[in-house]
Amino acid sequence: MAKVTLKGVQKSYGPVKAIHGVDMEIQDGEFIVIVGPSGCGKSTLLRMVAGLEAITGGEIVIGDRVVNDIEPADRDIAMVFQNYALYPHMSVYENMSYGLRIRGMDKAGIEQRVQRAAEILQLQKLLQRKPRELSGGQRQRVAMGRAIVREPKVFLFDEPLSNLDAKLRVQMRLEIKRLHQQLGVTSIYVTHDQVEAMTLADRLVVMNLGRADQIGTPQDVYNQPATTYVGGFIGSPAMNFVKCKVEPGSGGPKATLADGTVLVLPADWNVPASTYTLGIRPEQFRLARPGETPHLVLSVDVAEELGADTLLHGKVGDEEMVVRVPSQSGYHDNSKPGLVLDVARSHLFDTESGLRVAV
Amino acid sequence: MIERRPIADAVGHATLLLAMLIVAFPIYLAIIAASHTIQDLSSFPMPLLPGAELFKNTAQALFEGPQIAGVARATPALLLMLNSLIMAVSIAVGKIIISLLSAFAIVYFRFPLKNFFFWMIFITLMLPVEVRIIPTYKIVADLGLLDTYTGLVLPLIASATATFLFRQFFMTVPDELVEAARIDGAGPMRFFWDVLVPLTRTSIAAMFVIQFIYGWNQYLWPLLIASDNRYQTIVLAIGRLVRSTDAFYEWPVIMGMAVLALLPPVLVVVLMQRWFIKGLVETEK
Repeated sequence: MAKVTLKGVQKSYGPVKAIHGVDMEIQDGEFIVIVGPSGCGKSTLLRMVAGLEAITGGEIVIGDRVVNDIEPADRDIAMVFQNYALYPHMSVYENMSYGLRIRGMDKAGIEQRVQRAAEILQLQKLLQRKPRELSGGQRQRVAMGRAIVREPKVFLFDEPLSNLDAKLRVQMRLEIKRLHQQLGVTSIYVTHDQVEAMTLADRLVVMNLGRADQIGTPQDVYNQPATTYVGGFIGSPAMNFVKCKVEPGSGGPKATLADGTVLVLPADWNVPASTYTLGIRPEQFRLARPGETPHLVLSVDVAEELGADTLLHGKVGDEEMVVRVPSQSGYHDNSKPGLVLDVARSHLFDTESGLRVAV
Repeated sequence: MIERRPIADAVGHATLLLAMLIVAFPIYLAIIAASHTIQDLSSFPMPLLPGAELFKNTAQALFEGPQIAGVARATPALLLMLNSLIMAVSIAVGKIIISLLSAFAIVYFRFPLKNFFFWMIFITLMLPVEVRIIPTYKIVADLGLLDTYTGLVLPLIASATATFLFRQFFMTVPDELVEAARIDGAGPMRFFWDVLVPLTRTSIAAMFVIQFIYGWNQYLWPLLIASDNRYQTIVLAIGRLVRSTDAFYEWPVIMGMAVLALLPPVLVVVLMQRWFIKGLVETEK
């Protein structure tokens, strides 16, 4: 177990910069999830920690060692790959023990470690099988077993659940979480799936175009997104963004939307008058009660009934909006429900830079 | 095509059958010829049904060799076959080892002029032994390798075909496997032996079959190198027997020898057929 520190880590492929300097301090035993869309550099960053990708600039420290020029095998890490990368011609036992055999560990020691890992992952009965005789979930477990037997200081996961079907993914997600609680090894986990990210992470790193837009606990990232990008990426359906003009007013600053709707922001929001982007999550709306004055009226295009709740897709003025309302609330395509907004929980961003405006 | 057309089927089968007969008939003839006494065989028309002497004639070919009047006692087929076997196996194994290693270098390492070297190897695919035979002979002669097994084998041991095939196979091996091995601490050669070679084994088997037959059937090269009878191969010896003018041909024994010469390649193909087909069609990953 160890701390992992990234100091201004950069990666370029020729003139193209893939990672623009990431700083991060990962505590001992922490579970860090790096999340972002394809091509944001999250896998590259992980592979740099693993030593599979050369570091163009900055430093990576594992424990108290700078590992920039250290071979992957000597970094005291173990990695789980998206396509498992099991050796196809070796049995499960051989797959798990291969790294230990190379390191010249004695047979009894190997046996003990493999058996222990097999027990943790419930692989005892599969030890003599070949990878092709296993299901996707079992292969995934073997891949994790191969990582566990090495007893590394850091686990690295590169989208380990992406090749599994939805149900298995949920199950394996829980197993990974449980495993982490049991072993307490520092873990870095890369995914594009925000549910995995939210559920697994102690802290979340949201990557965007080679930059870490925000590093924080899932709650922080969800409730205080640092940029419009983070706000739009985390949360499903995505956060609604509307442009508004904010002016001082009695009872609180007034935000005027493009269609003339005026929202009164909380009185303690102290923002200079200007144009901003207002971010509102679909669940921060509620239907106006009878007799209550709605903040805005949504013209619904499509109502999606999800069972637990209903998503209303529609427009306010010319702005697209998605609103989450309780199921069976009686709204359907082409209806016009009045909505009340929990203004205090909405987010204000600078329109130019996309950065969160402190209020 | 799902529709069934009986006439097309019949024509197709008939064509295949005919082609098979054309291919098989000379072999049948050789076996028949090997099973008669020389007197029977000299009669007209030549007998087309098996005689009783097959075992005797082949045994004579195997242990004594065909007696040819006016020519020194011939070499027994046993020695010739041993020479052929040494040559064919060495060529096949050598080609596989060298091709595996060069394909490994080409796919997994970065070095200057890598592509240039690959294309140089690739271009030699188009050059058969015959094209480079004079310079190669000169080199082998200068190295004093005439009438040695080394001289027989060495110049034929590099193979562009096998290098190319292994390269194609290696390129389909997922990169993650290499990375997993790196994280496990396997160096390049360790990865080669522990992961790459076991994965390639069906292709290796296919290559062995092809190259064994190639080596066994070599004619021109042994003809140049092996002037000493002790290094003659069986294919070469049969050729010489047939060509010797003014000689009394002991045809049944020569045919017996031809049948013997057929056996090892047939055996290799039959025994390795399953692996051979697997290696050519399937990529196990």
